[in-house]
Amino acid sequence: MPDPAFLFAQSLSGLTAAMFLFLIASGLSLIFGVLRVLNFAHGSFYMLGAYLAWQVVQWVGTGPGRFWWAALGAAVGIALLGGLVERLLLRHLYGRAELYQLLFTYALVLILSDAAKVLWGTGQLSVSRPPGLTGAVRVFGTTIPYYNLFILLLGPAIALVFWLVLHRTRAGRFIRAAALDREMLGALGINVDRLYTGVFVLGSFLAGLGGALVTPVKTIVPGMDVEIIVEAFIVVVIGGLGSFWGTFLGALIYGQVLSFGILIIPRFSIFSVFALMAVVLILRPWGLLGRPLR
Amino acid sequence: MSLARRVPWGGLAVLAALAVPALGSRFYTFVATDVAILALFATSLNLLLGYTGLVSFGHAAYFALGAYTCGILMKKAAVPFLAAWPAGGLLAALFALAFGFFCVRLTKIYFAMLTLAFAQIVWAICFKWNDVTGGEQGLPEIPYPDLGWMERLPWLGDLRTSDHFYLLTVVLVALCLGVLRRIVDSPFGRLLTTIRENPERAEFIGVHVRRYELIAFVIAGLFAGLAGGLFGIFNRGVFPDFAYWPKSSEVLIMTLLGGMGYFWGPAVGALVLLVLNQQITSYTEYWPFVLGSILIVLLFAFPGGLVGALDSARLRLLRKP
Amino acid sequence: MLAVHDVRKAFDGFLAVAGVSLQVARGETAAIIGPNGAGKTTLFNLITGHLKPDAGRVRLEGRDITGLPPHEICRLGLGRSFQRTNIFPRLTVFQNVQAAFISHRGRGLSLFSRVDRLYRDETEAVLASVGLLPKAGEIGAFLSHGNQKQLELAIALASEPNLLLLDEPTAGMSAAETRETIQLISRVAHDRGLTLLFTEHDMEVVFSIARKIVVLHQGRVIAEGTPAEVRGDPEVRRVYLGERR
Repeated sequence: MPDPAFLFAQSLSGLTAAMFLFLIASGLSLIFGVLRVLNFAHGSFYMLGAYLAWQVVQWVGTGPGRFWWAALGAAVGIALLGGLVERLLLRHLYGRAELYQLLFTYALVLILSDAAKVLWGTGQLSVSRPPGLTGAVRVFGTTIPYYNLFILLLGPAIALVFWLVLHRTRAGRFIRAAALDREMLGALGINVDRLYTGVFVLGSFLAGLGGALVTPVKTIVPGMDVEIIVEAFIVVVIGGLGSFWGTFLGALIYGQVLSFGILIIPRFSIFSVFALMAVVLILRPWGLLGRPLR
Repeated sequence: MSLARRVPWGGLAVLAALAVPALGSRFYTFVATDVAILALFATSLNLLLGYTGLVSFGHAAYFALGAYTCGILMKKAAVPFLAAWPAGGLLAALFALAFGFFCVRLTKIYFAMLTLAFAQIVWAICFKWNDVTGGEQGLPEIPYPDLGWMERLPWLGDLRTSDHFYLLTVVLVALCLGVLRRIVDSPFGRLLTTIRENPERAEFIGVHVRRYELIAFVIAGLFAGLAGGLFGIFNRGVFPDFAYWPKSSEVLIMTLLGGMGYFWGPAVGALVLLVLNQQITSYTEYWPFVLGSILIVLLFAFPGGLVGALDSARLRLLRKP
Repeated sequence: MLAVHDVRKAFDGFLAVAGVSLQVARGETAAIIGPNGAGKTTLFNLITGHLKPDAGRVRLEGRDITGLPPHEICRLGLGRSFQRTNIFPRLTVFQNVQAAFISHRGRGLSLFSRVDRLYRDETEAVLASVGLLPKAGEIGAFLSHGNQKQLELAIALASEPNLLLLDEPTAGMSAAETRETIQLISRVAHDRGLTLLFTEHDMEVVFSIARKIVVLHQGRVIAEGTPAEVRGDPEVRRVYLGERR
């Protein structure tokens, strides 16, 4: 029987990872749900969010509150970038086969990763934890940094805000309608162009925010884009592409499987998440909480 | 039909390819081997992408399975190439059968995702199964096949081992492409195109869509595996990267660049992309940036690829004399 | 020839087909009519295996075909055309029809023989019978709408069916095209001894060629009989003809 404190620490680290993943994957899932585009570049937006946050911190310094402005600034910057990409390029590929959209977003991955190398080099960058959240607390013999606690609370909070937007606002109603049945959009008299841009901007914002918030706990390196996009794919596939709560559930499952998979079969923990993804696709291609596409 | 159709392009290409070692440059032979092998890999994908209309995002899995099987047999068990190479293709085909059985039940994006998931599983196994695959470090020093007999042939005696292997590669790739060409031009190949065009209608001329898709998937896996076997030897080693998803996108890009649905499209794509890669990487380290930009131009301006663009130019010339 | 017995199908609780029974005798030309949303296309999809009925049975020449997949039903001698034009757009006219022959005659799994001349005579004969032979080399997508409909008919004929289901064969056609198409269909059906079941919105067409008419309304059969009987049926006049005039 393993030490309970150890199990607790393990599941908590899985949970923290899950909250970050949820932040990233929810944007990916939202964009797929409405635009039916699987955005490989979502991971690149996340990476750029991290670099941008680092950059802003360099400019404004590390005083109280500065980190939060940097995070917000990075997220807004990425949202703008997303808006430009959608308006200028992606828009023209909507009528085409999925392959073209997939490869377009993959082209963005290639371009943005090199752009990041040009702008910020290939070294490791890091951002210190914001003042006020630098300490740690001991629970059941496990040290938990305040920042991780903050993330654990932030995840559900963002989920809640997101849910409120989807269920209590006009725009949210349109988004849900679009995710369920695209034919309905025209009938409801919605400006589809604007809805698509808006959703892409919102999704990019979440990716940028995720990237910015991860900087105090992870070093910023080239390649973090590809790493996260694979994980985010797994999460949305398990939960259900386009499903909000599915993404939340998928992130939780992924976090736990990864942190406990290492204990049970250490050499095959990556294997186990891909196997899980394959099994879900075989049995329920639309994911645990998703719905079959019309 | 037109004159262009009557020229035996395939035969000419093989003759030209066989003449490369005569140039006497180690570098040219190196690039030409790379092109020949990846042309086969991309053409195998084209059977799915261009002829059946299936977007596989995990074709690298079968390439890697062939490479590892052939490499392990030759390096660890000293199995001769002529047995190890087909064994690699066969194992890749078997895995394609097992994975494909599930994949063809899904459509469109879900099909792509499941092929990706299976490929990542193959990657994870190659990456972690140290005892057999060498894990992260891969398996370096795959031996060349024994091609001593070539030295006794006229003209070929003075060539390097890498030239000998290149000649063998050209012959084997040409044979494989010949078989694929036959398949594409067969009644089976014609029915695959009906699935690409309109799966619903295909069902209603009596085509068992899933079965045809599965057979195409297995054939594509077989030839990807054969390409992988050659590549492992050429590359002097096999590595987990062979199965990783950027490899799958690379071959997708080649196929698209050349022109999907055109038999010679992927080969042209492989040639152009690899030569471009060699040229550009000698100037700048930012090859991905260039590749991404090429891809965007391609997607927006030449969705039919290079061969597709040539083909429509030809049609325009014929219409307006 | 075809016997449909008490077939039902619901979507999300909405009964699209609410217990339909009908029979078509060998050599008969029968039509299904009804207002939009009456369940005509759904009924077709239930017969041809694109949808599985929730209840009821479908028999083709006495054989139970309920729930079989479309490709098997097609092999048993049932051909169909679709309401929205449904061809293989980037294949040539010749290839469109040839593919149907290959599949129907079981040559699809031959991987190494040459396809170009396979079933050329048969394909050309079918194309000639629908008047498309001069366009054999053209790409399907570039044909006019009327020609595409003819091509669809040719594809269906290449499966050498005994029973042909046509879903709105004249949809989107001008009056002249409609007349031509109908003449073509009746001639081909007569020459080949086909049994014909079709849906159609153009009443003139229906009453001119159908020997039997089934009227569908809200997923149920409300009348069935010869054109004269149906024309005189008060229920039909009320729900259907009345609605149109």
